[in-house]
Amino acid sequence: MYSEKVMDHFNNPRNVGEIENPSGVGTVGNAKCGDIMRMYFDIDENGIIQDVKFKTFGCGAAIATSSMATELVKGKTVNEALEVTNKAVMEALDGLPPVKVHCSLLAEEAIHAALWDYAQKKGITIDGLKEPVDDIEERIGDEEE
Amino acid sequence: MSKLIYLDNAATTRVKDEVLTEIMPYFSQNYGNPSAIYSFAQEARKGVDEGRKRTADLIGAKPEEIFFTAGGSESDNWAIKSIAEAYAGKGKHIITSAIEHHAVLHTCEYLEKHGYEVTYLGVDEDGKISLKELENAIREDTILITIMTANNEIGTIEPVAEIGRIAHDHNVLFHTDAVQAYGHIPLNVDEMNIDLLSASGHKLGGPKGVGFLYIRKGVRIGSFIHGGAQERNRRAGTHNTTGIVGIGTAAKLAAENMNEIIKKEQSLRDHLIERVLNEIPYARLNGHRTDRLPGNASFCFRFVEGESLLILLDQLGICASSGSACTSGSLDPSHVLLAIGLPHEIAHGSVRLSLSEETTLEDIDFVVDNLKKIVERLRGMSPLYEDFVKNNR
Repeated sequence: MYSEKVMDHFNNPRNVGEIENPSGVGTVGNAKCGDIMRMYFDIDENGIIQDVKFKTFGCGAAIATSSMATELVKGKTVNEALEVTNKAVMEALDGLPPVKVHCSLLAEEAIHAALWDYAQKKGITIDGLKEPVDDIEERIGDEEE
Repeated sequence: MSKLIYLDNAATTRVKDEVLTEIMPYFSQNYGNPSAIYSFAQEARKGVDEGRKRTADLIGAKPEEIFFTAGGSESDNWAIKSIAEAYAGKGKHIITSAIEHHAVLHTCEYLEKHGYEVTYLGVDEDGKISLKELENAIREDTILITIMTANNEIGTIEPVAEIGRIAHDHNVLFHTDAVQAYGHIPLNVDEMNIDLLSASGHKLGGPKGVGFLYIRKGVRIGSFIHGGAQERNRRAGTHNTTGIVGIGTAAKLAAENMNEIIKKEQSLRDHLIERVLNEIPYARLNGHRTDRLPGNASFCFRFVEGESLLILLDQLGICASSGSACTSGSLDPSHVLLAIGLPHEIAHGSVRLSLSEETTLEDIDFVVDNLKKIVERLRGMSPLYEDFVKNNR
C-alpha cells in the first residue's frame, strides 16, 4: 500500500532524535487520533535551518512524512521552509494512500509549529506563519467545510 | 523474506490438508446439484448431509438445526434481523454488548433506525459482561439477547452458559456469535441454552465462504435469502457443496483433536504472554488472563503505534494484526479496546497474535525476540516516550 520511498523513509528515517536547546520546537497532533509529531530546529543567525530532528508516534506514513519533511527543510531559510507544503512532502514520497494524507498535513503543521516557537523565542514575526492548531483534525475539518 | 510465521489465525486459517483432500472430489467429480433427483447427484447430497451432521455434532445440535450460509456475517445478520422481524409482536428490545463484532453491532444499529431499541452492555477491564447488568437490562419487550461467545480481538470468553440460563429464565431468545469459538473451545447448545449460534468455516481450518446458523427447533425465524427450497425453505441458493464438506471435515477434526490442540495452544500462548510481559516494559495483556481463547494473545505496547509495529513484523515474515486506527481506516482505535477502558493512545499500540495448532515454540521465541527490538526502536523515535522518560527522571 505504501510507495518504495515511503517504505525507505519508514525503515531508515532521516534525522530522528532531539536537539538540546533548539531554536524552535513544535509538537502537533494528538495521541487520541494516533499521530504525534515533534520537530526540533537549529536555526543560525542568518535564519538558515542548520539542523532538524524529529520524533514521531504514529503509523508508517506518519514516520515517513516526518522524515521527508526534515530532509526538505534542512539547509533552507525560514521563509523557504514555510513553503514546504504537505503536497511537496507527498510528492517527494511518490504519493500516499488517501487515508494517510492527513499525515502529510501533520508534517507541514509540525514545521510551522517549530517555526512559530522560533519566532516566539526571538520575538519576531514571520510573514504568512499562523499560530499552529492543537488538533490537526480541526484544521482538516475547517478546510472541508 | 525469511520463513512465514502466520500469527493471524483469528483473521483466517490455512485450510487443513485433510479438509482439502475431502473437498477436492466435489469440484469436478461429484459436482451434481445436491437438490437434483438423479442418482449422479446423490454423492453430492451425501456430502452435504455428512457435512451437516459433523457440523452439528460439534455443538451437540441436531443436523436439521444447522442452516448453512455464506459465513459468520450472514449468519449474524440473519439471526438478528429475522428474530427482530418475527418477534416484533412481542417487543422491539434487543440486548447486546459493546464489544461485539461489527456484523452484530452494525446490524443492531440498522435495527435502531427501524424502530428497535438496543441496550449495549458495557464490559469490565477484562472484556466480560456483567450478568447482573444483563439481568437488569431485560424488559417485558426484550426479544433477543445477542452476546458473542468469545471476542475476536482480545480473546475473552463470555459466560455463555450463564447468559443462556438468564435468557431462558426470562423467556428471551439467546443468540451467540461463536465465529471465534466454534471448533476451538467446547460448546454445547443444550447445556448452554443457546437458541441461535453463528459460526464460520475458515476460522477452524475450513474454507472461506461457508458458515452456518444454528437455529433451535421451535424458534420462529423467517427466510433471509429468498429463492429456492434449500435448507428447509429458510436459506435459498444452490448448496455450497465444497464449502459444506469442508466445514464438516474441519468440525470433525476439531471434535477429535480439540483437547490436545487446546493444551498445545494454551501452553504456547502462555509462554508468549509471560515472555512479553516479563521482557518488554510498559506492555499489557488485553483480555482475561485465563478465560480466553487458547490461541489468542493481545497486547498493548505504550508509546508506540500498532501499524508501524505490524509493518516491521511483516518485514520479518510475521503476520499479525492490530486494533489501531491506522489499520482500520478510521481515526478511532478498536471499539473493543476502548470498551475495556483503555485510553486512545494506549489502544493505538495494540497487537494481536493468534496462534494455530501449527505454531511452534521457535516461532513464538523468534517473534518475542524481534518484538522486543521493534518496540524499543519505535520508542526511540516516539515523542510520547521521550516525554515519559523526562517526566520520570
